[in-house]
Amino acid sequence: MPTTDFLKNRAVPVVLFVALALIPVYAQVFDDRFVMLFATRILILAIAALSLGFILGLGAMVSFGHAAYLGLGAYAVGILAYHDIWEAWISFPAAILVCAVFAAVTGAISLKTRGVYFIMITLAFGQMAYYTATSLSAYGGDDGLTMWGRSEFFGTSVFSNDTSFYWLVFGTLLAAFLFLKMVAASRFGRVLKGAKQNEARLQAIGIDPFAYRLTAFVIAGVIAGLAGALMANQAEFVAPAYMSWHRSGELIVMVVLGGMGYLHGAIIGAVAYLVLEEVLSGYTQHWRLIFGPLLILVVLYARGGILGAIKGRAP
Amino acid sequence: MNQPVLDLKKLNKAYGALKVTKNVSLTVASGEIHAVIGPNGAGKTTLIGQISGALRSDSGRVFFAGRDVTGLSVAKRAQRGLGRSFQITAILPDFSVLENVALGVQAKAGHSFRFLRPAAKDPRLNAKALECLDAVGLRARSKVRAGDLSHGEKRVLELAIALAGNPKLLLLDEPMAGAGPEETARLVSVLAALKDRIPILLVEHDMDAVFKLADRISVLVYGEVIASGGAEEIRQNPAVREAYLGTEDNA
Ligand SMILES: Nc1ncnc2c1ncn2[C@@H]1O[C@H](COP(=O)(O)OP(=O)(O)OP(=O)(O)O)[C@@H](O)[C@H]1O
Ligand SMILES: [Mg+2]
Repeated sequence: MPTTDFLKNRAVPVVLFVALALIPVYAQVFDDRFVMLFATRILILAIAALSLGFILGLGAMVSFGHAAYLGLGAYAVGILAYHDIWEAWISFPAAILVCAVFAAVTGAISLKTRGVYFIMITLAFGQMAYYTATSLSAYGGDDGLTMWGRSEFFGTSVFSNDTSFYWLVFGTLLAAFLFLKMVAASRFGRVLKGAKQNEARLQAIGIDPFAYRLTAFVIAGVIAGLAGALMANQAEFVAPAYMSWHRSGELIVMVVLGGMGYLHGAIIGAVAYLVLEEVLSGYTQHWRLIFGPLLILVVLYARGGILGAIKGRAP
Repeated sequence: MNQPVLDLKKLNKAYGALKVTKNVSLTVASGEIHAVIGPNGAGKTTLIGQISGALRSDSGRVFFAGRDVTGLSVAKRAQRGLGRSFQITAILPDFSVLENVALGVQAKAGHSFRFLRPAAKDPRLNAKALECLDAVGLRARSKVRAGDLSHGEKRVLELAIALAGNPKLLLLDEPMAGAGPEETARLVSVLAALKDRIPILLVEHDMDAVFKLADRISVLVYGEVIASGGAEEIRQNPAVREAYLGTEDNA
């Protein structure tokens, strides 16, 4: 019994993180710099997808503006760097603060609605952030802002060295995953899961889910903002495109593709999505023609996403 | 003097031109089961909604445990001890039976902004939840996914969830609806055992259950209380026989 329980609940994430931890080793042995840069990019987006998977899977909050936080986090780092502030101890908390405020304000409004309305209103706020960024002419406007360097960490080069940066991203992903797993299992997480199933029942036992949903929305925004701050460092460049609705849509696809029943589904979805995109775009420039139908097939036939298919049932 | 736990004063509610609740005043005293009966569409569920706070009354006031709660939300009224069951089963189908009830305990154990410890293993929540499941005879099913229970068992679970919050009053909207004879008998004995501790406003179509349980019965027809009194009184009341019990006999 404990063994099968372990297989069901722990084996997949453990294997996943071990495999991700081996990537720098592989890159070292085969002297493959590309793999590690690519993996870094994947993990950064996986952090954002994970945060979206948290509110989507636990609370059925289909935010279609989640990329806004990637952008806000990235711009916080980029704009501070533009003003010659490179210290991560300043820029990362700034990114967190900006995202928390944006999530609290837009969430308080969006969460008054449900279903399609929620999707539309979060999309609208995302677009608002996007157009605001394009109008920041002092910081490059449409063209974006080149950073000419990376954040510093008390003067060390954690961010600048490819390998140490990978570990930083990996550590952030792992920490976010463990944190969200803890939250999901807590009393707070139980309220979210309950509210998703039957809101009237929660009200009737004396719980108004609004404040809990809003808090979860802010937590997700902050974590996506951290991903954005890391993304700015990897690209050494920030641009409005970080917050485009395409990117928000991609994040949703990652979550659905991986499987919404488990938090690590979003990570698997991010890996699968970006690797598929890379492989297919290597074959043909019309890769989207293959990719689109493939995604539809997964959603139709593997209802629990990739994880559902692995486990042979929808979670 | 002994104040009623629930005191409704001239509640009104209309949907457009349709008056669904007309000047309803009634009380539930501690230690009693006050049944509200009436034909389909009489406005019983609407009245329950007005009491629980899910529906806004056009006029009138609701006093609960000595306080005017007319302006309070559903959740606030529940926190003050108003427990309810729904006519249409409202459980959390993906949770286990135990977790459904444990969430009810959790709701009364202060706020849920607690992020660190796993709720499922919290003995403070589970012990009380198991107690409630014992009280309704559902303990053996505690690990089952609630959505997989039989319909009758779900009705019993509704009651266990309501009990988890240590309510000062139970509002039960047709708790026996759709339950088989076995569960109905179980619910009747559970409610009979509860009423000394928790007064109950019982909306129910099952007349056997109502006459067995109720200390007082009010008859609601077209949103109006046309009679109110003890079981025998109601049984003899000609207006009631015509409006309600008569149709029941023919059915
Ligand atoms: N939201 C609504 N809008 C319009 N009319 C409504 C609404 N809800 C209920 N009604 C009407 O109000 C009347 C009372 O309905 P209610 O559900 O309170 O009756 P009830 O006594 O609980 O009936 P039943 O025994 O069938 O459960 C019915 O005529 C119903 O059609
Ligand atoms: Mg009804």
